[in-house]
Amino acid sequence: MTTLPSSTPKQLGLVIDLDICVGCHACAVNCKEWNSGGHAAPLTDLDAYGARPDGVWFNRIHTFEAGEGAAGRTVHFPKSCLHCAQPACVTVCPTGASFKRAADGIVLVDEDKCIGCKLCSWACPYGAREFDVVEGVMKKCTLCIDRIYNETFAPEDRVPACVASCPAGARHFGDLGDPTSPVSRLVAEREGYDLMPELGYKPVNKYLPPRPSQAKAGCTGAGAALTEEADVAPAGGFLRWVDRLLSR
Amino acid sequence: MSHRRIVTELHQAPLPVAGEQRIDTSPPSADEVKTTTCYMCACRCGIKVHLKDGRIRYIEGNRDHPVNKGVLCAKGSAGIMTQYAPSRLQKPLLRVGERGKGEFREIEWEEALRLATLWLSEIRATDPKKLAFFTGRDQSQALTGWWATQFGTPNYAAHGGFCSVNMAAAGLYTIGGSFWELGEPDWERTRYFMMFGIAEDHDSNPIKLGLGRLKGRPADNRAKFVSINPVRTGYSAIADEWIGLRPGTDGLFVLSLIHELLKADKIDLDFLVRYTNAPWLIIEAPGTAEHGLVARDAKGEPLCFGTLRSEVVSALRPDVAPQLIGAVALPDGRRARTVFELMLRRYLDPRYAPENVAATIGIDAATIRRIAAELAHAAFEQAIEIETEWTDWAGRKHDRFIGRPVSMHAMRGISAHSNGFDTCRAIHLLQMLLGSIDCPGGFRYKPPFPRPIPPAQLPADQAGPLQPLKGPPLGFPLGPEHLLVDEAGKPKRIDKAFSWEAPLSAHGLMHMVIHDAWAGDPYPIDTLFMYMANMAWNSTMNTSGTMQKLADKDPATGEYRIPHIIYADAYYSETVAYADLVLPDTTYLERWDCISLLDRPICDADGAADAIRQPVIRPDRDVRAFQDVLLDLGSRLGLPGMTNEDGTARYPGGLKDYLLHHQRSPGIGMLAGWRGNGEQQGKGEPNPSQLDRYIENGCHWRAEIPANAKFFRHANADYYDWAIGLGLMNARNQIVLQIYSEPMRKFQRAGEGFGDRLPPEADRARLRARFDPLPDWHLPFGEEVDHDAYPLHALTQRPMHMYHSWGSQNAWLRQIQARNALFVNRATGERLGLRDGDWVWIESPHGRVKAPVQLMEGVNKDTVWTWNAIGKRAGAWNLAPDAPEAQKGFLLNHVISELLPPRADGYRYANADPVTGQAAWYDLRVRLVKCAEGEAETTVPRFPALKPPLKRAAERLQYGARFRHARERR
Repeated sequence: MTTLPSSTPKQLGLVIDLDICVGCHACAVNCKEWNSGGHAAPLTDLDAYGARPDGVWFNRIHTFEAGEGAAGRTVHFPKSCLHCAQPACVTVCPTGASFKRAADGIVLVDEDKCIGCKLCSWACPYGAREFDVVEGVMKKCTLCIDRIYNETFAPEDRVPACVASCPAGARHFGDLGDPTSPVSRLVAEREGYDLMPELGYKPVNKYLPPRPSQAKAGCTGAGAALTEEADVAPAGGFLRWVDRLLSR
Repeated sequence: MSHRRIVTELHQAPLPVAGEQRIDTSPPSADEVKTTTCYMCACRCGIKVHLKDGRIRYIEGNRDHPVNKGVLCAKGSAGIMTQYAPSRLQKPLLRVGERGKGEFREIEWEEALRLATLWLSEIRATDPKKLAFFTGRDQSQALTGWWATQFGTPNYAAHGGFCSVNMAAAGLYTIGGSFWELGEPDWERTRYFMMFGIAEDHDSNPIKLGLGRLKGRPADNRAKFVSINPVRTGYSAIADEWIGLRPGTDGLFVLSLIHELLKADKIDLDFLVRYTNAPWLIIEAPGTAEHGLVARDAKGEPLCFGTLRSEVVSALRPDVAPQLIGAVALPDGRRARTVFELMLRRYLDPRYAPENVAATIGIDAATIRRIAAELAHAAFEQAIEIETEWTDWAGRKHDRFIGRPVSMHAMRGISAHSNGFDTCRAIHLLQMLLGSIDCPGGFRYKPPFPRPIPPAQLPADQAGPLQPLKGPPLGFPLGPEHLLVDEAGKPKRIDKAFSWEAPLSAHGLMHMVIHDAWAGDPYPIDTLFMYMANMAWNSTMNTSGTMQKLADKDPATGEYRIPHIIYADAYYSETVAYADLVLPDTTYLERWDCISLLDRPICDADGAADAIRQPVIRPDRDVRAFQDVLLDLGSRLGLPGMTNEDGTARYPGGLKDYLLHHQRSPGIGMLAGWRGNGEQQGKGEPNPSQLDRYIENGCHWRAEIPANAKFFRHANADYYDWAIGLGLMNARNQIVLQIYSEPMRKFQRAGEGFGDRLPPEADRARLRARFDPLPDWHLPFGEEVDHDAYPLHALTQRPMHMYHSWGSQNAWLRQIQARNALFVNRATGERLGLRDGDWVWIESPHGRVKAPVQLMEGVNKDTVWTWNAIGKRAGAWNLAPDAPEAQKGFLLNHVISELLPPRADGYRYANADPVTGQAAWYDLRVRLVKCAEGEAETTVPRFPALKPPLKRAAERLQYGARFRHARERR
């Protein structure tokens, strides 16, 4: 079916810090907003004001709990196309519509070639493909291909919309194929990981795990208590303050 | 001002590859980019609106804006869908059917304004207080409050009474500032950050920016983030430690921390002596009128006992070494003790010991002890210093600022309990004991705060027909003498603000207006005039009862009990159906506005700032900006501030005209930037090109505070000079932080039967109990029910991607959430036989509502909660009547009463904090009853579907298609 470039000189992608993401949906909505008028426009919405509102989103936030009780954790997990190095969504495509760019590794859909067969969405284990039923074509995260190189933008704005908007600073963009790039160094420093690596698709996007917890006694350098339990001050226990000489 | 530390790289567009799709990687996103200020919630972030082919292509955060520094939240990013929402009102509406049915006829603006003028002019000529003007989520209170003053009605407030007045008032009566708009954590330097309760709604982007920075610090400079919250969602999910205590017990938790710190002598005594009223002497004469008041000299200055000369002297003198412990004989022979000693005696009491509070708050004693130890460690072992020469209030030079890097934040989770005022005071006391007020790493004021404690503004009474109010309608009473009550103690305001029932209700009690107006208690009114407040649905307690009251008629006369209702809003909310006259507002992108220092400021700890909105697109409907309409009505009514001597309008150009030319006092106007010749800041003559200068600067203005004026601003002369120069302060007096509140004691004393103005007998016990000069913990009123019958606490919180009722009309935001579930602790739910997807009746002593259940781990075991304002009335917001918001979405408001149970004489107080009148949303207790088979699947209560006089919304939305087509045609 569709062939992949043997290697790409760059592997542009995202690094998402799960230690900071508060699940606010800012990235998802800003992505929707930019891309609604962008390269893959429109991002069709159906029954927009009705009983079953549903539309095309390139980035969705999943919230779940891990672990039990107070020891557990609430996780906010943003998920979009991971721009895999070995994307099954491309190799499965019968028409060449789904392709991985040779220069930067971005996985895109050429809508002129897409026949809407949805094989790619079946092949993608991450559920990152979005079918536009009105347009009859598959759509997906473009890594904001119309922003990241956009010469009409100020250089600092040439990042994906999700990265520009994230209020917590939980999203980073760069070349994950270059081990010396800032994002690669960040991944190394924070022990970033691949989503479901066992499947072998080699996702480019990385997730950063929570930093070590500081919940336990001693983590901040403080002791477990200031006073002993039995040390209940007598009624006049504050007389130690009597002779302090203090000045305004 | 520091920016985020996200990692990004710049990449050059690669050359096209043969056989690959050719992509235009540099399409221009806009024909024009205009800056303005967001209004998708209350945070007031700076935005850049990309306009393409006359439509909005994209809205992004303004990188240069002091509030959001370029980021934008989900709400702000969805602005396009609110701008083009099918719920937008199109033209003025006049009711033709019965109230609540939503039957209207479209009328012209001239008819609408004539009618409003007719109703209002009669009120003003006879009894101005018969107009109740309440403005909800208004961001122009400097204008609307001034309008009420000019009209002459004391019955004005915005929505603070049902939002966070406990937080604001407690701060202003204690430290001269408070959280959110009046102060913020020092995100850069703090080492220990505690967030109390739900705070996700405000200050949305600044807190996310701050948390990201705090958590993103390098390993050798980490900070600990502790979230104290019954629910582990949102910010709590990324906290280092989550303390899921029982709702309404935060105050007791804080007082137990205070107990531990005092017991171990881990407090900043120097800070207390220099900056607080700890050394002040309090008269000890039980059974007399003076007991508990501050001992003062002939000039009225507070006294302390100076140890150097062993004499009682003014506590305001700089050269005094005050005694902190021991009884002192005053010159007149009376005895006094220091605030410090009273505080020790109170909080060293074993009733605050961790082991004695643990069961009540639901946290073990060891955790409380450990948190106290961590606070002390961060404050005193990790103290930081910034070497900068600065001058204190007494003119003494210092060479450094010493910081206690502990900071705190609290918002609605604390405020919305009937003990919230004291809980907030307790948090501020903890901050003072740690010395972490306005220091490096601590809580920091935002200008124009700190202000004198409390701010020198008193609530004004009406002067009579055709007269303006004697002053502003809202303020800060110092004692019973400043209440708005008559000889018999009866409230003068319709919402009973500033009465014995809610003496320090600095933001009014909007949540009581409809009930009180309907009941004619304390008196009937003629016209209820509301602006963007969804009082017939999610912004009210007892929603069903409130809807009935809005439409209720007096059987004797057949007339509505509230004779006229005027409502201004941009959208078809549930409340529109209850109006007689609807004045359609513009959206936030279609009008002028100002975010003024005279109003709710957008300053940050390092600078003063204000901002404007400019119209970025032209309305496509027959609507007018509410602020323009208000000024027009003002001149039609002949209100003094809005009319020239010859009777013509003073601001014929509407709000834009007002922003440019109105002066509150000489040289002080709505906007502080580019005044006078364009070079003046803060003070200066009106500048006709001022708005142009704002637009050139991205629609905002900011003045950085000099380095020597950034800390200890309650006592920093360099800050005083800077603030006086800008017109933010007018005196160089030290602001002494108030551990012990004398205004509180004055009300308590009145409850004891002392003083010149005494409350009715029936109010006295409550005043004695709840007006404690030192903060204490009180059982929330809502807890006074049978705990076996109602075993669970019930809370709501607002999702970060929705703002009150507004989110659901937004085609994108409602895809994120169109229904809400009741979240139940998994173990508790399993004990009750509940599984995900089951439906339950949520029953309170007031009523019941039906809801679907979802079990979760991260919630206090005795607490259930849901997302607020997702449930909608069928048809409202121009949603289809079968929308999930109306069928599955539910409001907890249905089971919350606006009134407390009757006291002995049958009278029912507001369900509110007895100090401030803050609506006690979170006091609620409930039980869950599993629905019978066949009862499930839809919520109850439901109401007849509204039929908005608007075009039916399109089912299919392909908003951006036209931009792509236009690009591809080129």
